[in-house]
Amino acid sequence: MPQATAAVVADGLSRRFGPVEAVREVSFAVAPGEIFGLVGPDGAGKTTILRMLAGVLSPDVGEIALDGIDVRAEPERAKLHLSYMPQRFGLYEDMTVAENIFFYATLFAVPGKERRARSAQLLAAAGLGEFGRRLAGQLSGGMKQKLGLVCALIHTPRVLLLDEPTTGVDPVSRRDFWAILYGLRESGVTILLSTAYMDEAERCSRLALLHEGRIRALDTPARLKQAMLGALLAVSGPDPRGLRDALVDAPGVLGLLLMGDRVHVRVDDAARRTPELRARLASTGHAPEDIVPIEPGIEDVFVALLGPGAPA
Amino acid sequence: MTDAAPAVLAEGLTKKFGTFTAVDHLDLAIAVGEVVGFIGPNGAGKSTTIRMLCALLRPSAGRAVVAGFDVVHAAEQVRAHIGYMSQKFSLYGDLTVAENLRFFAGIYHVPHALYDERRRFAISMAGLEGRENALVRTLAGGWKQRLALGCAILHRPPVLFLDEPTSGVEPQARRQFWELIHRLAAERVTILVSTHYMEEAEYCNRIALIDRGRLVALGSPSELRRHELGGTLVALACAPLGAALAALRDAPGVAEAAIFGDRVHVLLSTGGLAAADLPGFLAARGVHADVAQPIAASLEDVFVRLVAGRARAEPAP
Amino acid sequence: MSLRRILALAFKEMLQVWRDPRSLAIALLMPLMQMVMLGYGVSLDIRHVPLCVFDQENSQASRAVVERFVASGWFAITAALDSNRAVSRAMDRASCIGAVVIPADFSRQLASTGTGPLQIVFDATDTNTTNIAMGYAQGVVALVTADLDARWTAARGIRPSGVGVVDLEPEVWFNEGLESRYFIIPGVVAVILALVGAQLTSLTVAREWERGTMEQLVSTPVTPFEVMAGKLLPYFLIGVIDAAFCLLAAIYWFGVPFRGSAGTLLLTTALFIVVVLAIGYLISVRVRSQLGASQVALLVTMLPTTLLSGYTFPIDQMPAPIRFLSLLVYPRYFVTILRAVFLKGSGLVELIGPVLGLVLYAVVVLWLAARAFRKRLD
Repeated sequence: MPQATAAVVADGLSRRFGPVEAVREVSFAVAPGEIFGLVGPDGAGKTTILRMLAGVLSPDVGEIALDGIDVRAEPERAKLHLSYMPQRFGLYEDMTVAENIFFYATLFAVPGKERRARSAQLLAAAGLGEFGRRLAGQLSGGMKQKLGLVCALIHTPRVLLLDEPTTGVDPVSRRDFWAILYGLRESGVTILLSTAYMDEAERCSRLALLHEGRIRALDTPARLKQAMLGALLAVSGPDPRGLRDALVDAPGVLGLLLMGDRVHVRVDDAARRTPELRARLASTGHAPEDIVPIEPGIEDVFVALLGPGAPA
Repeated sequence: MTDAAPAVLAEGLTKKFGTFTAVDHLDLAIAVGEVVGFIGPNGAGKSTTIRMLCALLRPSAGRAVVAGFDVVHAAEQVRAHIGYMSQKFSLYGDLTVAENLRFFAGIYHVPHALYDERRRFAISMAGLEGRENALVRTLAGGWKQRLALGCAILHRPPVLFLDEPTSGVEPQARRQFWELIHRLAAERVTILVSTHYMEEAEYCNRIALIDRGRLVALGSPSELRRHELGGTLVALACAPLGAALAALRDAPGVAEAAIFGDRVHVLLSTGGLAAADLPGFLAARGVHADVAQPIAASLEDVFVRLVAGRARAEPAP
Repeated sequence: MSLRRILALAFKEMLQVWRDPRSLAIALLMPLMQMVMLGYGVSLDIRHVPLCVFDQENSQASRAVVERFVASGWFAITAALDSNRAVSRAMDRASCIGAVVIPADFSRQLASTGTGPLQIVFDATDTNTTNIAMGYAQGVVALVTADLDARWTAARGIRPSGVGVVDLEPEVWFNEGLESRYFIIPGVVAVILALVGAQLTSLTVAREWERGTMEQLVSTPVTPFEVMAGKLLPYFLIGVIDAAFCLLAAIYWFGVPFRGSAGTLLLTTALFIVVVLAIGYLISVRVRSQLGASQVALLVTMLPTTLLSGYTFPIDQMPAPIRFLSLLVYPRYFVTILRAVFLKGSGLVELIGPVLGLVLYAVVVLWLAARAFRKRLD
């Protein structure tokens, strides 16, 4: 592990809550300027990992280094350089946007001049420029998350930890949010975030796929997809359910997924199977409109990784 | 009810709160056995519409008929013929699986003669055989949510409303859940799903996109991708990304640009830059870029295009 | 420790208090309302005690005695009866709780010996009321005695040299009756501040846990002491306003004589407020839900304060183990201080014992609270 250059190092982290092993032997290193995604369903251990990195929860076993600072030994020193945005909105809803920013700026002892300049710049980037005097509780979900980000960035942290920052946020606000994150990355901030949404994971530079407290795969989104077994075909037609039923035991089919207006078919070899499938469907009276290869999503990787039909 | 009659029909459905129009003359017809996704940004009017369809809110104008009953004149009949499930609040964690089922059977007046069979069905559907006496809070997300679905359909409602049913659930569990939904649809249950997660919308037969109270687009996921984008989507790897994004956002003919990982997705409308011009355009602005490659649009691209495009055309009041 | 951070926390807390006008109104008006209710509760039960009269003589002298009872204001004559049986029936029916029985030869004996035999009968079912009523009755009797004494000595041509003395004698007796109010109201102030103060701060940390704002706060470099100081400051202001309301009501509304110095009063009150706020804060840190914290605060403050602070039940009459236990009940020190400052005009020097008790309490509780605040979720 390149510990000397890494912005965040987690080494053998484990944490249990009573009988539940929330996190098991998790290790990773994040390079400066990366956007590192912890991806997995609810209960996979994402929040526990981020809380341990933020120094608000201690691991049972394992080491954490943030910018070279040992978080277990010196949590308070580490806190000067990090910003943590919990999953639940952590700001004061009965205070205005400006008051929340002022509060967090003062906690981090940001000088007044710098605070004013930085908050104006951040608010403008977040599209919150005209809402300084609105109560935080009266912002929409997406605006709240962006305010959370502004408050988290007011002291110019080196490491940003975001726990499901876009949960409950619509796609338009989510794009704005990500535009801010990419801007931060350019200025050298290291970002770790968690998400339960597989489509969002594609935006990260590297991903750790988590399941039941363990990292099941760790790589860039592109390489994770390449490593997926087989290829994915979208078979569309007027009766997708009929298409699916006709393909269940077709040779070379590794997995089937019924979508709203098509079937996603995972096959061992796209070039060889496409004509075969077409012929099979035609013979059963379910002639498809189209069979096209599609790029797999992280969700497909996840499902392939954990085995077909694996129960929850 | 005949096949020709829609399971859900809204005509000019409108809801005003004071001077604010939450839902504005919404027309929608959903056929029996169809799975329709309601998508739209927060505050677009999704939940207000669903509340009117569930007869929980009285429309200010227009009418709605659900499962053959008018939501104003036969509100109780409507409520007896619908099921509602949201992942977050529907089950009691401190009751067992069996106790939850008995409770909901009581609420929905499931006849005693039918209860045993319905309960068995719900338990087998959720895959909870042998765990009837487990406390619900000890179940994993996927099971909990299939049980919630089982509770919501104990009274065999012909119309089912689901609110973000699979957000945060494991991918496999989500796939199993949608299998169940499609199985119900095959048995002629009509299903409305409200969500702003495109991952869920992809599983719907048709999608109704609502923005600021109005129906903006309606069609199958593929139709929306094909027709509603209003341009071609290309992806190109470039560096530095920030400068690329800034340059592209102001470029002629670029309707939308967003970063995905180390690439930029660019939506090109007609009459401006072509895909082949992009590397040169960026190089002139100090950005190194590879050849732009056409990519398939995602539902999210469609959503952003339609909603953000409208916002730019007519700023929010 | 950073003063800026403390001020930022205090300012934030102040804003939140200000944004919740309903809770603020309750915090400011509650103590005043409790003061009026408890204060009157205390003073009402010593007025208009129902009394019967069995006047067997019905002379000018005997009527004067009855007049004295009525004029005192402590008693109301509910019936004039004509037999001992009637008296006992009236007591059975509880139409009066006592009777004044004046014998037929009251004037005669008075004229000849200077003392008139007067019988007062009380129903001792409600010993508390009876005790108080007996105290007043004795006061009235002393007054009557003084009256008659003066007349008797004058009638014999003896110069009433001791008029002042005779007058003074009943004054002392009278104080016995009045004193229970003078005595109790400062105690009421202490009890109210103890209850309200702990409630004020019991919610402040629990609320942040419940609303999810604490998770973000503990991820910053803020220290436990800073959080405590920042949170106690605004509530200290509210506590001081509450205390001012209560003390002013005690002096100007209930007319409790204030003989001490304002400085001593202010200083000791401020000290007591710190103690009660710190107790509430400690509870809030330990119990992370608002409902739970509020209930614990009520439980921890209500019973010990009302029972063991000595504000109604005298501590020196308690059994030794309970008396020892009451040393832990911090309001007892403030009850002692307030009574002494109000009635005796004591200064800090005389009050060094209870003041040190409070200081010790403040230091220990603040230290415990700062230690109990974990910048951790586990």
